[in-house]
Amino acid sequence: MYSEKVIDHFTNPRNVGEIENANGIGQVGNAKCGDIMKITLDIKDDMIKNVKFKTFGCGAAVATSSMVTEMVKGKTLEEAMDVTNAAVAEALGGLPETKMHCSNLAADAVHAAIKDYLDKKIKV
Amino acid sequence: MKRIYLDHSATTPVDPQAAELMMTYFLEYYGNPSSIHFFGRQVKKALEEARYQVASLINADPSEITFTSGGTEADNLAIQGAARARSGKGKHLITSAIEHHAVLDTFKYLAKNGYELTILPVDEEGIVSVDELKKAIRPDTILISIMHANNEVGSIQPAAEIGRITREKGIIFHVDAVQSLGKLPIDVKTMNADLLTVSSHKIYGPKGVGALYIRKGIKISPLVYGGSQERKLRSGTENTPGIIGFGKACELAGERMEEENRKLITQRDKLMNGIISRIGHVKINGPLGDKRLPGNVNVSINYIEGESLLLSLDMLGIAASSGSACTSGSLDPSHVLLAMGLSHEVAHGSLRLSLGRHNTDEDIDFVLEELPKIVDRLRMMSPLYHKAN
Repeated sequence: MYSEKVIDHFTNPRNVGEIENANGIGQVGNAKCGDIMKITLDIKDDMIKNVKFKTFGCGAAVATSSMVTEMVKGKTLEEAMDVTNAAVAEALGGLPETKMHCSNLAADAVHAAIKDYLDKKIKV
Repeated sequence: MKRIYLDHSATTPVDPQAAELMMTYFLEYYGNPSSIHFFGRQVKKALEEARYQVASLINADPSEITFTSGGTEADNLAIQGAARARSGKGKHLITSAIEHHAVLDTFKYLAKNGYELTILPVDEEGIVSVDELKKAIRPDTILISIMHANNEVGSIQPAAEIGRITREKGIIFHVDAVQSLGKLPIDVKTMNADLLTVSSHKIYGPKGVGALYIRKGIKISPLVYGGSQERKLRSGTENTPGIIGFGKACELAGERMEEENRKLITQRDKLMNGIISRIGHVKINGPLGDKRLPGNVNVSINYIEGESLLLSLDMLGIAASSGSACTSGSLDPSHVLLAMGLSHEVAHGSLRLSLGRHNTDEDIDFVLEELPKIVDRLRMMSPLYHKAN
């Protein structure tokens, strides 16, 4: 049911973990629906220097998390905000229909982390 | 890669003896049992032999067995058929929260169509309370359906106790025995069952065959009309190879049950104890000891999600199942685990390993060696695990 790319990202997930002293943290989903994604960002000069993820969820949830970290690493905040959940799914060679809504939240998690960074910046 | 099948509650391989017998009825004795010529007579005899074999395994009379296309159809025939036949006497139906969807969704359909439904809760071990059941009975209760053993957590229900009550009150008692057939001794008489569902493919018979036991004298309405087969209760030309394979599987199950159960219980307990001792933050779902089906292991592994676990196991050749939402085909995790009081989070992380005839001690050792590594890997990825430390 999963594409080879999904299985590859599930088996060898990129950028797993949490960045210590991250200046942008985003978490989406909840345990009730079975998916939680947490993204930590190291942002410098409006550029994503480093990104890591931790995910509780199904194969699609892990693979989209892993894929989105690759897609936004080294990008400007503006570019990263343009990455959509649909684009992540497409980069993985598609997801099963049932997974498109419940487990395809990785870009949302990145956007949440960027907003967290921007909010903190305003307060400072 | 060596494949280890630990999903026998989902389905089983067909026993070679049953498969070989079936081949004859595909290729040689292909007649229609309703025909009066040689071809028809030949297969009719085998059909009745199969009916006898199924009846023998549950201490019924062959005339009380109606073949269907499987457990789901037998459940539907029992519940819809009894509710319709008795609708003049009352409209109240009782079932439990942990039934298979073939039962639960049939009741919910009836509840939308003029019947009233009480769904009984279960305790934390997944067992229906007889006291709650007694309290739920009303003067207009016409049908009670409680499974013999649960497919997910293996909990064995107090069927005989319930049967005593329903018989005394003249309420029809349907038992879904799909998971217990061939694993627990079933006696429809001491259980006081009026209707009892069995399925072939869970006991090393072919898919697409099941049967409903209908106690002599109990009237139910058919779901399917046509050529009046199965004493007008299930029209349609009989699936003769399937039914004959099912009969053989019943005969073999009866012969092997005692010895097989000894093996399954030993392997089950080794697997459960091994998981508990090697992996932290786990919880066995369902009862322990003789209130649990011989081959059933169900464990919640905290901080990880079931589908990820199944994918990881599958990559190593281990086939299992889970109560997570991703594998249930809905957004909610297993209704059984939720009914037992598990949180969504813990229910999503459940793993069912159901053992069968061909599993070896080496299979168990392999799982106990690999599962902790998979759990470690997934927990390292989980944002929930960090918080727990």
